[in-house]
Amino acid sequence: MLRPRIIPCLLVHQGGLVKTQGFKEPKYVGDPINAVRIFNEKEADELMVLDIDASVNGTEPDFELIAKLAAECRMPLCYGGGVTTAEQAARIVDLGVEKVAVSAAAIVDPALLTRMAAAVGRQSVVAVLDVRKRSGLFAKGYELVTHNAKKVHKLDPVTVAAELQAAGAGEIVINSVDRDGVMQGYDLELASHVKRVLKVPVTFLGGAGSLADLGELIQRLGVVGAAAGSLFVFKGKYRAVLINYPTPAQKKQLCRDALKR
Amino acid sequence: MICVVDYGVGNIQAFLNVFKRLGVDARRADKPNALGGATRLVLPGVGHFDHAMQRLNDSGMRPRLEEMVLGASVPVVGVCVGMQMLSGGSEEGELSGLNWVPGRVRAFSNNDLSASLPMPHMGWNELNPNSGSKLFSQGFDDAPQFYFLHSYYFEAQDRQDVAATAHYGLDFDAVVSRGHIHGVQCHPEKSHHWGEQLLKNFVEL
Repeated sequence: MLRPRIIPCLLVHQGGLVKTQGFKEPKYVGDPINAVRIFNEKEADELMVLDIDASVNGTEPDFELIAKLAAECRMPLCYGGGVTTAEQAARIVDLGVEKVAVSAAAIVDPALLTRMAAAVGRQSVVAVLDVRKRSGLFAKGYELVTHNAKKVHKLDPVTVAAELQAAGAGEIVINSVDRDGVMQGYDLELASHVKRVLKVPVTFLGGAGSLADLGELIQRLGVVGAAAGSLFVFKGKYRAVLINYPTPAQKKQLCRDALKR
Repeated sequence: MICVVDYGVGNIQAFLNVFKRLGVDARRADKPNALGGATRLVLPGVGHFDHAMQRLNDSGMRPRLEEMVLGASVPVVGVCVGMQMLSGGSEEGELSGLNWVPGRVRAFSNNDLSASLPMPHMGWNELNPNSGSKLFSQGFDDAPQFYFLHSYYFEAQDRQDVAATAHYGLDFDAVVSRGHIHGVQCHPEKSHHWGEQLLKNFVEL
């Protein structure tokens, strides 16, 4: 049977790994290559690496870093950050990366996903949507943001997710800005809403603080991707840096319990 | 020496990385001459079936590969779309496959048992190897886990060619072996110790 995917998400900022809170206050947590080695040892299901500088600075992906990460990574790797063309996606896949994620560029131009799918195949095209609860007195629902939540788009995230799926995305990642680094559980309401309308695999990121939180997401939504940053790089309430990941036995138990109905 | 066939489609580097870790001599081959001296072949592939077939046909390497595999019986493993290319053809496209392993490639979306499931079939799933399969002859315990990423699957014509199945709505042929010709739908190059063991077994065949 297909298992839910439990995915560490690593953020690259100025060449190092960081963890943010609400997309702010990047805290240095270590060296990217070293982290990949540790996740290899722990046999993580998959790894997501997002360069949070590239789109904001308008720079190209750091192909040298991607090559190093891919050479080290023994599990499927998804890279995102600064990708704006199908050629860049093809180059990244050729470096040994399974999936290429885009966010800002695809929201402006969904046809980018179509071009990427033609170049590397739909299965390797991932759309990441950064989603935030609307704030304000009468505000309802969610809004879509990009550029580390500095840019707000007047678009409904769920509608956009469906559009990006139609355009060529083989996977959609929903990243909750409000829950980023909070470690108090996923936004299950948003997650179930998104899951209902999509046919491609969906991965949720933002909010997981314990294995129980992953279990809750899987119990509610079934076989989905459960991604987390803080959970896999911090230990304890003082957020001491310690790269960690459930053991195969813990993972098996977690999925078995969550999928029991 | 192992040649990973580079016809412009697929994750060549990931295979080279694994072989390097295994201490096995392997290199990328992107033209007929570069295939010389290969004792094993890896045929990767991702994306659309016709796109992959077209690129292989255009690469100039196909006649040489057929000579090596069909004439000189050099062992080969096709991976993902590279496995699907071993068939006669695919529901995904119009072009003929290599037809090295009799069979057709089917769409999960065309089968009632799998049509309603998320597509692509993405993530870790269990392989059920058939006893006697050489690719699983060493180092496998119960329930080996492999990473999958595909929307089409191989349907072997001759059931004796099926080396392992996996389940996604239906049981499908996830690994085929016909003599020295092998096909693996999942990604051994990204499947931790299970994948390394499978590639090691292929090397040591």
